[in-house]
Amino acid sequence: MRTELTDLTVAEIRDGFRAGDFSAREVAEAFNANVAAAKALNAFIVETPEHALAAADQADKDKAAGTLKPLSGVPIGMKDLFCTNGVQTTAASHMLEGFKPTYESTVSQKLWDAGAGMLGKLNLDQFAMGSSNETSYFGNVISPWRSKNGGNAPLAPGGSSGGSSAAIAARLCPAATGTDTGGSIRQPAAFTGISGIKPTYGRCSRWGIIAFASSLDQAGPMARTVQDCAIMLENMAGFDARDSTSLDLAVPQWEAGLSADLKGKKVGIPREYRVDGLDADVARVWDDGIAWLKDAGAEIVEVSLPHSKYALPAYYIIAPAEASSNLARYDGVRYGLRDLPDGANLQDMYAATRAAGFGPEVKRRIIIGTYVLSAGFYDAYYTQAQKVRTLIARDFATAFESCDVILAPTAPSAAFALGDKTADPLAMYLNDVFAVPASLAGLPAMSVPGGLSKDGLPLGLQIIGPAFDEQSVLNAGLAIEQRAGFTARAEKWW
Amino acid sequence: MTESTYRIAGATGDWEVVIGLEVHAQVTSQAKLFSGAATAFGAEPNTQVSLVDAAMPGMLPVPNRECIRQAVRTGMAINARINKWSRFDRKNYFYADLPQGYQISQLYHPLVGEGSLAIEADEKAGIAEEKVIGIERIHVEQDAGKLMHDQHPTRSYVDLNRSGVALMEIVSRPDMRSPAEAGAYLRKLRAILRYVGSCDGNMEEGSMRADVNVSVRKPGDEFGTRTETKNVNSVRFVMQAIEYEAQRQVDVLEGGGRIVQETRLFNPDTGTTRSMRSKEDAHDYRYFPDPDLLPLELDDTFLDACRASLPELPDAKRARYEGLGITEYNAAVLTAEVETARWFDALLEAGAKPQQASNWVSSELFGALNRLGKSIEDSPVAPAQAAELLALVADGTISGTISKQVFEIMLETGDAPGKIVEEKGLKQTSDTGTIEAVIAKVLADNGDKVEQYKGGKEALFGFFVGQTMKAMQGKANPQIVNELLKKALG
Amino acid sequence: MSVDLTTVKRVASLARLAVTEAEAEALVPELNGILDWVEQLGEVDVTGVEPMTAVIPNTLRLRDDVVTDGDVRDKVLANAPQAEHGFFAVPKVIE
Ligand SMILES: [Mg+2]
Ligand SMILES: [Zn+2]
Repeated sequence: MRTELTDLTVAEIRDGFRAGDFSAREVAEAFNANVAAAKALNAFIVETPEHALAAADQADKDKAAGTLKPLSGVPIGMKDLFCTNGVQTTAASHMLEGFKPTYESTVSQKLWDAGAGMLGKLNLDQFAMGSSNETSYFGNVISPWRSKNGGNAPLAPGGSSGGSSAAIAARLCPAATGTDTGGSIRQPAAFTGISGIKPTYGRCSRWGIIAFASSLDQAGPMARTVQDCAIMLENMAGFDARDSTSLDLAVPQWEAGLSADLKGKKVGIPREYRVDGLDADVARVWDDGIAWLKDAGAEIVEVSLPHSKYALPAYYIIAPAEASSNLARYDGVRYGLRDLPDGANLQDMYAATRAAGFGPEVKRRIIIGTYVLSAGFYDAYYTQAQKVRTLIARDFATAFESCDVILAPTAPSAAFALGDKTADPLAMYLNDVFAVPASLAGLPAMSVPGGLSKDGLPLGLQIIGPAFDEQSVLNAGLAIEQRAGFTARAEKWW
Repeated sequence: MTESTYRIAGATGDWEVVIGLEVHAQVTSQAKLFSGAATAFGAEPNTQVSLVDAAMPGMLPVPNRECIRQAVRTGMAINARINKWSRFDRKNYFYADLPQGYQISQLYHPLVGEGSLAIEADEKAGIAEEKVIGIERIHVEQDAGKLMHDQHPTRSYVDLNRSGVALMEIVSRPDMRSPAEAGAYLRKLRAILRYVGSCDGNMEEGSMRADVNVSVRKPGDEFGTRTETKNVNSVRFVMQAIEYEAQRQVDVLEGGGRIVQETRLFNPDTGTTRSMRSKEDAHDYRYFPDPDLLPLELDDTFLDACRASLPELPDAKRARYEGLGITEYNAAVLTAEVETARWFDALLEAGAKPQQASNWVSSELFGALNRLGKSIEDSPVAPAQAAELLALVADGTISGTISKQVFEIMLETGDAPGKIVEEKGLKQTSDTGTIEAVIAKVLADNGDKVEQYKGGKEALFGFFVGQTMKAMQGKANPQIVNELLKKALG
Repeated sequence: MSVDLTTVKRVASLARLAVTEAEAEALVPELNGILDWVEQLGEVDVTGVEPMTAVIPNTLRLRDDVVTDGDVRDKVLANAPQAEHGFFAVPKVIE
């Protein structure tokens, strides 16, 4: 019996298409059908089956002409934070409902140039602010996973790239783009049993990605395997003169460089991540990960990241501060929502528009960010946070003197039920406690599935590498993937 | 240094005015500071706007090297410290001419630090001697767009053509003490910018605007509270704004009131200032480093190239001219505008003698240009032609009088002076035989006057010179005429 | 440092976010919770530590002074809530 096309990985689709096992159109149609049938997950804000089909038809033509491209035949999902020419781009906000960019983000353009097709624009937390996909103006994304522990409460797919994680886990797309500001690729990947990598800050151009926090935002791929992440990242990364923070470096051949042999490598285990009250399942999977990496030939060493506990508070000053400024452009003048009450002057229009257009979490962060930058508080909050950030980056630099990669949990727990943490912003923020330090230091970090919780929900393992060394991160990820044998998948209920 | 004696009389005594200027100078560049859109003046609305300038979602700034280079050169021209490490900061506020909701500027680490500029003595204006005005900093920032209020009864229109154009904000110390000093500072600054070529100084097109900070105090007291009058766009208006604002503040204080630190607007029609409503609530700009931009680091190669490209600046040029024997007055006139200096340097380069050339330029050339309503850049006579004309006078080929006639023809026809002299037969005669013959005739025709002269009326000598020159249509060498006449009259 | 209702309203106004009385009141304890928590950063000894400026070592590139963009008014105005005669239109501003 032939496997479902939608169960194939990116590499399998690419290779099978090349081998003539199926046409690109068949693949696109299969995924389009899955997307159309999965409205219950609410993973997409806009579906673009015609885009996927057009790319597929082009791939079929290219195959006949012998001009195949790296991603010919592969349809993907695009997080709705990437501006797509002529296709509504909203950042999951009412503010941008109906906004059709007249331009294409660098990363999405690279993927189309590589032959990929777009299945649709994926739902996310509004302006990428959230860890559960409950802040989208277009409704929550529902994880395809269900807890085995009684009750069928809908679960969070993680955030902010929750549409991406849910869609991949539910086989609506083989891969998708994500963005990670403080864990937004890794945490949703962990929650849904898939992989995702945030590369070194500056690897992927930020041009055309709706900004949340400029010094932290970084695009990356999400997919079901480490190899797929490598393939996708190769086609997303690269220098872009239009982004001043873009790294002027050649894109390594990460896929070709994949190797699960870790002989001679040292894996650091950060002492400070063993916090009191660490979830037992999380601790168990972490121990499994250590054993697997040892089995792959690595030496395990303990490292210290002494300022870890300050990463999250520093992040919740820096990210909102940058966001409060980045989101000032949404003012109802040039695009997006305008709310003009009767008799309102310009400044009233701004306040009304922004009140109507932004959701509560976005407003909360804008207000925090505005406050910490305001007169008299700037040094106490922002400057202090940026100094602590320097110390956090230094911690990593010191740790990488004695190890090649660091292994840690991705998130402190498995997926929680939607609504569980919405009443307490702080509890929600704590979800990113393990993910945020690498973001603050701009380091490459990935999450791979490590196992299941006692409730049968996926748990992720996080690998953090030194700047520019995505290859070591991917290789350690591959070593875990091969040993974890993670084959669990969400049973279809949607 | 002699302090200014400019005072405003009040019932409680004399008041001194303290002035600082923040000049926004548009950097001369083809493209904008952070985008590739054009900067040319006067385009159709929103046609010189990139998606970056319109602050579309996901758009990012990339700085223009030329704008940085020009700001560095400007800094060097005012002998300022150039900061090899600087940063761009965001100044956050909401306004319809500010698409990003922030202006990219430099607060904490500006590109250019402390410098200064000297204004010349001008007794007529009450500036007793040269005075050095401190310049605190020059930072680079984006210009805002333009709001039009008069096109629609209930709407304002937004044109983003200027949005993102590079500006240098040149911040003076509060070192000026009279409207005249402020005027002199602005004129000098404008001259330096134009010499350097970093700003065209065109105030009508808004290439240079000044925010005028004014406070008053009793001489010797601490600084008073200041007001800032925004975007004043001519030297005259700046002086008017200071005069008005200083008087207003004195009136408030003498009336027992307090000065509110505020932003004001100048009305050029009435010469008055008023409080600016729209900016009342700002003032918490939440500056922080722009996370879209890395620190700007300049290396020695870049700085050396900037320095090497600097032209001779007005002060140095004036001193050099004076060294060439040019009068102080002429040297000042010739260096006040870069185009004049450039023209004059070309004239010297073409071989003209400095003193003769400077007198000729400041009288003959300026006179002619004035009459024609032309500026020196489009003078119908080129420096090389003028040099040729002056050479003809210097070597005695033509007289000074004839040279004026030749110059007129040059202005009309554009012909070379040598050719004109040749064709019109204007060459000066030094042939003593010819001159002697004419003199003989003049003396013979005016026997009575010769008698009177010999009788002691020596003033008649000029009459004989005139008659001789007239008879020779001005072409006789006046020196030889003099000599021969003296001999003939015994 | 703890914020009160007045501060919340001032900050919301600075951020141009219209808030109702109820929203502002709800924000007070929420913001105080978050601010109390971030204030633990004050414990960190940062003597001699520079605030981070570039997360990955990289220097600012400068572009050449060439006109490469603009002349795209249709694109610039394409999503405007109100555009007239080639301008964006906003409620009349009194300066
Ligand atoms: Mg100012
Ligand atoms: Zn300024």
